Amino acid sequence: MTSVRTLAAPRRTSRLGWNLLGLLVFAVAGFPVYWMLNTAFKPAKDAIDPDPSLLPTHLTFDNFGRALHIADFWGPVGRSLLVSLAVVAIGVVVGMLAALAISRFAFRGRKIVIVGILAVQMVPLVAMIIPVFLLLNDLDQYDKLSGLIITYLTFILPFTVWTLRGFIVNIPKELEEAAMVDGCSRTGAFVRVVFPLLAPGMVATSVYGFIQAWNEYLYALMLLSQKNQTATVWLSNFSTKHGTEYAPMMAGATMMALPIVALFLLVQRKMAAGLTAGAVKG
Amino acid sequence: MSAADTTTPAKAPPRRPSPPPPAPPGGPRAKRTSAGTPWLLLAPCLLVLALVMGYPLVRLVTLSFQKFGQSQLWGFQPAESVGFDNFAGVLGDGEFWQVVLRTIVFAAGCVILTMVLGMMVALLLQRVSGWVRTLVNIALVAGWGMPVIVATTVFKWLFDSDYGILNAVLSRLPGVELIGHNWFASGPQGLAVIMLLVIWGAVPFVVITLTAGLTQVPAELGEAARLDGAGAWGVFRYVTLPVLKPVIVMLTTLSVIWDMGVFPQVFVMRNGHPEAEFQLLTTYSYDRAFVVNDYGQGSAIALITVLLLLGVVAVYMRQMLKIGEVE
Repeated sequence: MTSVRTLAAPRRTSRLGWNLLGLLVFAVAGFPVYWMLNTAFKPAKDAIDPDPSLLPTHLTFDNFGRALHIADFWGPVGRSLLVSLAVVAIGVVVGMLAALAISRFAFRGRKIVIVGILAVQMVPLVAMIIPVFLLLNDLDQYDKLSGLIITYLTFILPFTVWTLRGFIVNIPKELEEAAMVDGCSRTGAFVRVVFPLLAPGMVATSVYGFIQAWNEYLYALMLLSQKNQTATVWLSNFSTKHGTEYAPMMAGATMMALPIVALFLLVQRKMAAGLTAGAVKG
Repeated sequence: MSAADTTTPAKAPPRRPSPPPPAPPGGPRAKRTSAGTPWLLLAPCLLVLALVMGYPLVRLVTLSFQKFGQSQLWGFQPAESVGFDNFAGVLGDGEFWQVVLRTIVFAAGCVILTMVLGMMVALLLQRVSGWVRTLVNIALVAGWGMPVIVATTVFKWLFDSDYGILNAVLSRLPGVELIGHNWFASGPQGLAVIMLLVIWGAVPFVVITLTAGLTQVPAELGEAARLDGAGAWGVFRYVTLPVLKPVIVMLTTLSVIWDMGVFPQVFVMRNGHPEAEFQLLTTYSYDRAFVVNDYGQGSAIALITVLLLLGVVAVYMRQMLKIGEVE
């Protein structure tokens, strides 16, 4: 852990103050998550107390049972899973080839390709929703999961290319060159030398892409009808004209968020490394 | 494990002693075939992007010059070109300019606060003990990984007028009576809550990326500056900031793009029908297209939003190109 203290050179006496400030940041940043969990596990009638207790009094799983019964849960989750896995599978294969091209080859037009891929990343999804809606309508892909998968590639693919590029750049070129000197073909050098070193980066990028697809809301809302809704849209079932059932809603939110947050914890360090690769060195 | 050991490129096995290069047999051949190889590798990606991005983008532009409503959508009437009518209609509308101003103020507030808070937390994390750093990291990553829709739902609950914890806690302070206070009764107050939600979700990414960047600031530079009499601020201003500049530019640009594109937060917070005072460019465009069923004007608004972003993106592009060149 000491390696992080590059610039700080902290004096022991001032540590306490910094730690207290750190704990404050922890409390503020973590409170919404804490309150979600607290509400999810407390009896529903305690949730609608105008003067709620900050600490849990007694725990119950009732809200989870209720959340599962308010609207079909496993259907939307299954659909989200299918869509996210398909998007990642296509994205990573296609994206890796492209990332390889822009990070390992010098060729005319490379700059334009890089700018193009970055530019695509810049267009806000919301701006595209109208033409995408019309396109899927024309292609008879409206209200179909395949249509949603196609549209998710708009944001997964540029992201995958750019982050994988970051990971590839971190693998020294000399390793490939050495393998080629030893008689490997360019493809052989990639498969035997680069690919094994890239594998952790590919896993991280896949998990991250999966999370992004899983979390998407706008397209899922616009391009699918109620009967085909995905997990993110499912959550809105708890709000009706007659009010919101907050306790089961927080249980539902917990079920949606916890697996994703856990996955996230696993890969986020790798991702930060990939995202910043070359950014500082350049 | 700290972020430091993941960013060191030195995890590759040590290089073998380089043999004298006696014209490797694979060398010339590889060189000859490589001219077409990158394009072959890029082809699938470019093809997919052309279909899912290129076509809709072109369609967005053509749509914004067409009269396109319900009857065109169902094919009862062909779409007809109306020139700049959609733009004239949008730009001549006083409400539109209010929305533009509101969106810019909202996004600027989000970006500035996110970057400043993110930098402060990243620097703070360098000074705290290991266990505090772990705790803060867990809280940040939990917030970062939360689906936007879940985070929005949770914030709606925190700020609930009757049973929200915030009103309850604030009312315990002497002289504060907020039970039943509706945070969404007025646009500015409601948007401030949404801004808080956006910042809460955005700061973790900034902190974690800056932390990764900070590990690459050479310690000797800071020490040298300190020997020369620089204080904490001086070291930050003249050593840390310049080294981090590329990362900061990247983060700021991404934040601008994301914060100008805020949609689900407003949409869900206002139950799918944002009031006039809550409209941002994104929800406004959506409203025009899917509520009023004027797809032409909706597209014109979306296109104007994209053009507004282009200025910022240009700066980012230059930065990214520089990175691309050194590699």
